[in-house]
Amino acid sequence: MKSSGKPGVGEILEKINFKAFVESIIAVAIGFLIGAIILLAFGYDPIKAYTALFEGGLASTENIAATLHYSTPILLTALTFAIGSRTGIFNIGAESSFYFGAIAAIAFTNIWGNLWFGLLMGMVLGALWALPAALLKVYRGVHEVITTIMLNWIGWYFVTWLIVDPYANPSNPIKTIRVPESARLPTIGDTILSWGFIIAVVVAILMYVLLWHTTLGFGMRASGYNQRAARYGGINPKAAIVWSFIIGGITSGLGGAMKIMSEFPGYAISQGGANISGFGFDGIGVSLVGRNHPLGIILSAIFFGMLKAGTSSMQQTGVPLEIVKVIQGIIIITVAVPGLYDLLKKSFRRAA
Amino acid sequence: MDVGAIIFLLKTSLMAMVPIVLTSVGAAWSERAGVVSIGYEGVILASAFFGAIFAEISGHASIGLLGGLFVGALFGMLHGFLTVYLKGDHVIPGIGINLLAAGLVPFGIIAYWGTAGQHTLPFTLWHIQIGHNEFSPMIFVTIAIAIVTWWLLFKTPLGLRVRACGENPEAADALGINVEKYRFWSTVYGHALAGLAGAYMSVDWLGLVHKTMSGGRGFIALANMVFSNWNPLVSLIGGWLFGFFDALATWLAPKHIVPEQFIYMLPYIMTLVIVAGIIGKARPPKADGKPYKRE
Repeated sequence: MKSSGKPGVGEILEKINFKAFVESIIAVAIGFLIGAIILLAFGYDPIKAYTALFEGGLASTENIAATLHYSTPILLTALTFAIGSRTGIFNIGAESSFYFGAIAAIAFTNIWGNLWFGLLMGMVLGALWALPAALLKVYRGVHEVITTIMLNWIGWYFVTWLIVDPYANPSNPIKTIRVPESARLPTIGDTILSWGFIIAVVVAILMYVLLWHTTLGFGMRASGYNQRAARYGGINPKAAIVWSFIIGGITSGLGGAMKIMSEFPGYAISQGGANISGFGFDGIGVSLVGRNHPLGIILSAIFFGMLKAGTSSMQQTGVPLEIVKVIQGIIIITVAVPGLYDLLKKSFRRAA
Repeated sequence: MDVGAIIFLLKTSLMAMVPIVLTSVGAAWSERAGVVSIGYEGVILASAFFGAIFAEISGHASIGLLGGLFVGALFGMLHGFLTVYLKGDHVIPGIGINLLAAGLVPFGIIAYWGTAGQHTLPFTLWHIQIGHNEFSPMIFVTIAIAIVTWWLLFKTPLGLRVRACGENPEAADALGINVEKYRFWSTVYGHALAGLAGAYMSVDWLGLVHKTMSGGRGFIALANMVFSNWNPLVSLIGGWLFGFFDALATWLAPKHIVPEQFIYMLPYIMTLVIVAGIIGKARPPKADGKPYKRE
């Protein structure tokens, strides 16, 4: 590569991986297109639905604050999937680590009403729940997709029991007890957005530094790329995998804790765990669209957060909110098409 | 425990066995050919929904089953196209299919029937009377499918060619086997069986469509496939074992011995324990999940 004094535009584009960025945009566009076809097929007006969706996510300062608020938990669960992917494993256990982070926030802040203590215990419980899958993978060779899914279901039933029994609110039995005022995440300005968003962005940057600028991160990426080569290079892939699960559990656990500690105005888990479920699975989509890169994930989390913020105003036009999940699924399937950019470029050239 | 309880457990365990075994058998065939998929969970859910629609439109539950088979095959074609022909990752499309189904089904229940979350079918599949008990014909169909698939896979030239694609695609190619074709149609067969499993759940076993009715069965079936060492015949045993714990949970839950949440955990804990205990001995096909590109 020629080196001139100033980096050229091409070089910068290469650094932010222009192709991957365009591919994600294309995948999103295809997701919306097929979503529109499905909406039409069932007799809904896609233009009205999408207009409401985007207005709900962007139309005012309040809506933008809501977008960032919704992007916070999925940013953190996306990091769980991303660090797994970079280590060569499919960690889909973010979902249940998130539950344990949330219940930790309730349980431990009611012992000591300290904000940092709550966040810390969320991370600890999230990491502990991720550990069995890591150990089974390393010592027994069990595929992590199976173990993490089973752990998700076991964790779900366990936490729903904790919600209705030990931590049920005696004065409002459809919710858990609340996070005490001293341990709540302060909001930014007059919005529902809390400092949790800033923390999540910082965590993403830290993960970028970890993966690309530390020895541990190098070992993780090396064993994700080629385990045998990594072993010859003096890297212990088993340790890399265990660390990947632990760090992944930490970010999801933190996400769960922050979700409840910033859950204005209730600061509690609602009946049946309705406000803590699904975030781990959303995170997988966020991570894939962000190309499993912590900085790409920040952008993609804000995009998916906008979709979440916009669903309620879209629902007011009579469209079931689940269409957003359909769109997400199509986006992921499209992202799975290898070399999408080159493929489209080729077919465009043929058409011209 | 009285005789009635034993008969209840036996019957329910056989009913619960069906979707697990069908999906395990399909997944085993697909992986024997070298294609991994984790999208069976979504295929089961989507086929349960579409199978119910097929059944209601035609007025026959059996048409619903065929519809499920068809929808499953379509998902298999999608997955096969992405993994076999475009040489893409084998796991990511499954994540997409699972998410797609998790959105499409609740959306469809509202859009098609106008109810939220759940729809009960007006009729279910005809059952065989044996003495005072009814048995679904699907129990026997499932056992037959498992046996026939095993026979095809291990006792016929077709099965040998399929397994060659999963063990050593280069050698298979050198022998003139069209690896891509075998892998593609194996994927379609695997997903079609999962589709049949889903339709069975809605038009026969449960008689309803619910937005979370697959309940992790697609993944439990994968665990059962590993437990059975990618052998359709052995997967009958593992599938029945899971069905038994499922039945036990259904039987125990209303008795309030322990909180019901702990009972519902049972099948998942058992899956984890069984897989953890057995896996050292299980060996996946050598080229399982690896895209094959001709030199």
